[in-house]
Amino acid sequence: MGKSEEVVLLNYWPSPYGMRAMIALAEKGVQYEYVSVDVVNNKTQLLLQMNPVHKKVPVLIHNGSPVCESLVIVQYIDELWAGDAKPVFLPSDPYQRAQARFWAHYIDEIFEFGRKIWIKTGEEVEKGKKELVDSLKLMESQLGDKPYFGGEELGYVDIALVPYYSWFYTYEQFGNISIEAECPKLVDWAKRCMKKESVNKALPDPVKVHDFVVMLRKKFGVDS
Amino acid sequence: MANNNNNGDVKLIGAWPSPFVMRPRIALNIKSVEYEFLQEQFGSKSDLLLKSNPVHKKIPVLLHNDKPICESNIIVEYIDEVWSAGPSILPSDAHDRAVARFWAAYVDEKWFPNVRGAAAASSEEAKNAAVDQLKEGMALLEGAYVEISKGKDFFGGEKIGFIDIAFGSMLAWLRALQVMLGGVKLLDEEKTPGLCKWAAKFSADPAVKDVLPETEKIIEFAKLLVAKIKAAAASS
Repeated sequence: MGKSEEVVLLNYWPSPYGMRAMIALAEKGVQYEYVSVDVVNNKTQLLLQMNPVHKKVPVLIHNGSPVCESLVIVQYIDELWAGDAKPVFLPSDPYQRAQARFWAHYIDEIFEFGRKIWIKTGEEVEKGKKELVDSLKLMESQLGDKPYFGGEELGYVDIALVPYYSWFYTYEQFGNISIEAECPKLVDWAKRCMKKESVNKALPDPVKVHDFVVMLRKKFGVDS
Repeated sequence: MANNNNNGDVKLIGAWPSPFVMRPRIALNIKSVEYEFLQEQFGSKSDLLLKSNPVHKKIPVLLHNDKPICESNIIVEYIDEVWSAGPSILPSDAHDRAVARFWAAYVDEKWFPNVRGAAAASSEEAKNAAVDQLKEGMALLEGAYVEISKGKDFFGGEKIGFIDIAFGSMLAWLRALQVMLGGVKLLDEEKTPGLCKWAAKFSADPAVKDVLPETEKIIEFAKLLVAKIKAAAASS
């Protein structure tokens, strides 16, 4: 790691999108500065300057140049920190790459389904529960008998999906469901990922995530 | 067109009015890859489509030697990677690639929903709100164009690239929308001069000109589509 590189990650700890970037950086062994931005209460000048279009985290700043959107960031990290026996996230075969990109893009919808469970009321919650469980079951069927979506090793789809594991407890509490009961193999997969330091360090305590959501609901005036 | 001997069997499931379908068509043209264009009937989905894209049931779907690839921007990346000998679509620099992917995602997630919103709005208020968002988006894209093109014709530089395809595929609908909304200016000589020049160059490009439909044809089609959307909303 001879070159002098400056890598900064702007993030907020509950963000599953930010966790993707953290896992990717850790897997590649990249040293970086973590800058926390409380996007709920106080978006900083640095964030607004680095991501003027969306004003969201995560933002990877590499030698002063920003990269935004979590999946774009993960691909950037994969491409830039390559070789030297480093792990590779996206397969080399174009068809396999297209499949991985497809599933990663699909996974972004899962967060929106889950969001209905904790921010909406009534029928919207029920809709969210069904959509969430259906989409997790679909991902579980994609996993099949492989240890990881990436095969023998953690890959792009694993990195895209595993952050949501820290949000399962929140979905379960507000939705009155058991994700382990619905998708046992997927939960097994998540626990397998959690044995890796890169994942373990990136994912927050699910109870803390739940408390964060309780605070958000109060802030948005949703009856708990 | 170069012969397809080594390219395998290439089919594209789609429909001529869809801007998302235009993207892989432009990409295949850039790479001089011949393909069979399987057009869906308006209002129904073929068995082949449902089998090839069971998750979203949407066009476009590229079938390369019968293997399906879905999601227009993902298909364009696939085309670029498989037919790597042809002119490249994604930039070669990793940061430029990240910027290209960022703006392609922006068009789909932030800009395009307002096109649909403006065209199918049920109230004057909703329509105006969508148009305002579109105009804001145009300003952002103008800024991006100026910064990324660095004085060249396209976002991709001297030739069409990933962002050009992602946003340029929207031009027929953009022009149609301007007419349908009674002369609203999205491409504005004063506010978006760069994009105005870019739009003309993009539309005239050999890889694009037979793919981008005439504005009139889109306006006709839009009427059918809006009626369908409104009927669906009324019955839900």
